[in-house]
Amino acid sequence: MIKTTAWTLVAVALFSSTAMAQQKALTVASWGGSYQAAQSKALFEPAAKNLGIALKQETYGGMSDVRLQVNSGKVTFDIVASGSGSAARAGDEGLLEPLDYSVIDVSHFYPNMTSKYCVGGDVFSNVFAWNTAKYGTNEPRSWADFWDVKTFPGTRAYRGGSVAGALEPALMADGVPPDKVYEVLDSKEGIQRAIDKIRQLKPHIRVFWTSGAQHAQLMKDGEVDMTTGWSGRFDNARADGAKVAYSFNQALLDYDCFAIPKGAPHKAEAMRFLAEISKPEYQDDLPKYITYGPTNKLAYETGVITKEVAAGLPSSPDNAARQLSLSLAWYSKWETYATEKYQEMQTE
Amino acid sequence: MAGTAIAELNADGLRRDARIERLKLFGLSSPALLLVLVILVLPVGWLFYLSFVGADGGFSLENYARMIEQKSYERIFTTTFEVSLLTTGLAILIGYPFAYFLSQLPGRLANLFMIAVLLPFWTSLLVRTYAWLVLLQREGLINKSAMAFGLWDEPVRMVHDMTGTLVGMVHIMLPFLILPVYGAMKSIDVDLVKAAANLGASPTRAFWTVFCPLTLPGLFAGALMVFILCLGFFVTPAVLGGGKVIMVSMKIVSNIQLFVNWGAASALGVVLLALTVAILWIASRFLNLTQIAGSGH
Repeated sequence: MIKTTAWTLVAVALFSSTAMAQQKALTVASWGGSYQAAQSKALFEPAAKNLGIALKQETYGGMSDVRLQVNSGKVTFDIVASGSGSAARAGDEGLLEPLDYSVIDVSHFYPNMTSKYCVGGDVFSNVFAWNTAKYGTNEPRSWADFWDVKTFPGTRAYRGGSVAGALEPALMADGVPPDKVYEVLDSKEGIQRAIDKIRQLKPHIRVFWTSGAQHAQLMKDGEVDMTTGWSGRFDNARADGAKVAYSFNQALLDYDCFAIPKGAPHKAEAMRFLAEISKPEYQDDLPKYITYGPTNKLAYETGVITKEVAAGLPSSPDNAARQLSLSLAWYSKWETYATEKYQEMQTE
Repeated sequence: MAGTAIAELNADGLRRDARIERLKLFGLSSPALLLVLVILVLPVGWLFYLSFVGADGGFSLENYARMIEQKSYERIFTTTFEVSLLTTGLAILIGYPFAYFLSQLPGRLANLFMIAVLLPFWTSLLVRTYAWLVLLQREGLINKSAMAFGLWDEPVRMVHDMTGTLVGMVHIMLPFLILPVYGAMKSIDVDLVKAAANLGASPTRAFWTVFCPLTLPGLFAGALMVFILCLGFFVTPAVLGGGKVIMVSMKIVSNIQLFVNWGAASALGVVLLALTVAILWIASRFLNLTQIAGSGH
C-alpha cells in the first residue's frame, strides 16, 4: 500500500514536471549540425527573445519521428523543420496542423514557398555542378549541356533512389521550356519521356548519388566530372579546396520549411513564432551562417544582405529569376508512381 | 512366466522414467525455446502478417502483386543472387588455397598470417568499405600509382559498379570462408596423406583424393554462410555499387521511405526469407546440414 502510494507520487511528480516544462517552453526540432546552428542564431533565439517565449531546441530524425509522436498521442514538438516534399506527404497523412496564414504573413514570399502545412524557412537549389579543372572556360550553361557528352566529355553523377529533382532537368535537356516542365510531367507519358532521357545519359552516369554528402565528395575526389546536387554542399566542397563550380541556370528552386505537428502542446504560440521568424528582419541574418537564401523577398531589401552575398544565394532576385520552382502539387500527385518508374530504370 | 511379468513391470518403470526425463529436459530447455519464440518466431510471424497489409490498412495482396508486375523486382532478386553467388565463388577461389597455405605453415607463422585474416574481420565493415572506395576510385591510390609507374595511361574503372561491389564483398566475406575451411584442414590426420603417398599416390593425387574430400564439409559450411550473409548485404553494394548494383536490402529501405508502410518492405523480406530457406532445403538434399554445422565430425 505504502509502496503503491509512493509510486503514484513519483508518477504524479514526473507527470506534473513534464507538464510544467511543457507549459514553459516552446519546443523546436530541427536537423542539428551547422544547419540548426544557423537557424538558431538567425531565427530561433532572436525571435524567442523578442516574443518573450522560452525556447527548447531538439534535433530529430525527420517526419518519421513526428509520425511516432502523433500516432502514440504524445506530441512534444511544437515546431519541426522539414524538407518541403516530406512535409507535404506528412500533411496528406494527417500528421500536421494546417497553418493559419492570417497570423503568418507570407505576402512577400516567393511563389510556391508555402503550403497548407508548411511555411518556407530557407531556399536551396538543385543545380548542375562541374569540375573546373576539367572544363576550364568551356562551362556548361544548361541541362542540354549536361546531357551533351560530345562538347562536355566526361563522367556524370545523378540523383539516385529518390525522384526528387530528377525528372525536371531531363525534360529541360529534352527541349521543354522551364515554364512548361510541370505541364508536360503531369502525365504518365511525360514522366516516361523524362525517364527515357535519363536512360539515354545512363551509360555516362557513373554514380547515382543518394545524399548531399556523397555528391559533394564525388566532386572533391574527382570521381565524376559533372553532377547534379544541392548548391550549399558545393559551396562547402569548394571552401574545402574542391575544384567545383555550379550554375543557377535552369536550376530547381526548393525550400526547407517549418510545420506544426498535429496536437502540438503549444499550437497558438507556435503559430505566432512561425509568423515572427518569417519576417524579413530575421531571415536576412540566415546567410551570415549558411549559404541558404531567405524565402521572404523583403529580406533582400533590409540592407543586411550585401550584393556580393546575394549573388551567391539561391533565392536572390537575379538568381531566382533563372530557376524553376519545385512544384509540391506535382510531387503529391505523382511522386510514388514516378519514383517506382525511376527506380525501375536504375535497375536496368 | 514370473520373469516376463517382472520384465514388463521393469519396462513400464523404464518407460515412465524416460517420460519424466523427457519432461524434465523439456522443462530445462523451455527458457531457450521461449527465447527462440520471442526473438525469432514472433517477429518473423509479424513480418509475414505485415506483408499482407495494404496501404489502406486492410488485408491485401498488393505488396506481392507489385513484385510480379514490375520488372525491377525480378532484376533486383537476380542481382542479389548473382552478387551472392559470385562473391561465394571468388571467396572459395581465394580462401581455399589461402587456408591450405595457412594449414601447412609452422605454428608461429600460421598465427601471424591468421592475424592478417582476423584483423580486417574485427574492423568495422563501413570503414573497410570506404577504404576500398578510396583505393579503387578514379583518382584513387591504385589508379594514381599504376599511372605513375606507367602500368596504364587512362584511369581504369574499378568501382561504382559490379567490380567494386564484388571486391568489397569478397574482402569482407573471406574470413567467414577461411576460418571453417582452416578448421577442417587442421583436423585432418596428416598420416592419412602420408599413407596415400606410401601407397604410391603422387602429391597431387593424394591431395585430390584424400585431403580435399575431407575438407569439403568445412568448405560447404563456409560457402553456405558466405552466400546467406551476402543475400542480406546493404552497406557495401550501396557504397561501392554506384547506385547501379541494387540488392534486395536496398529496395527494402527505399520501399519503406516510398510507401510509408511496413507492408511493402515486409513482403520483400518474406520473399527473400522464403528463397533462402528454399536454398537451404535444396542444399540439405545433397548435404548433411547438421554435419556441416558440427564442422565435419
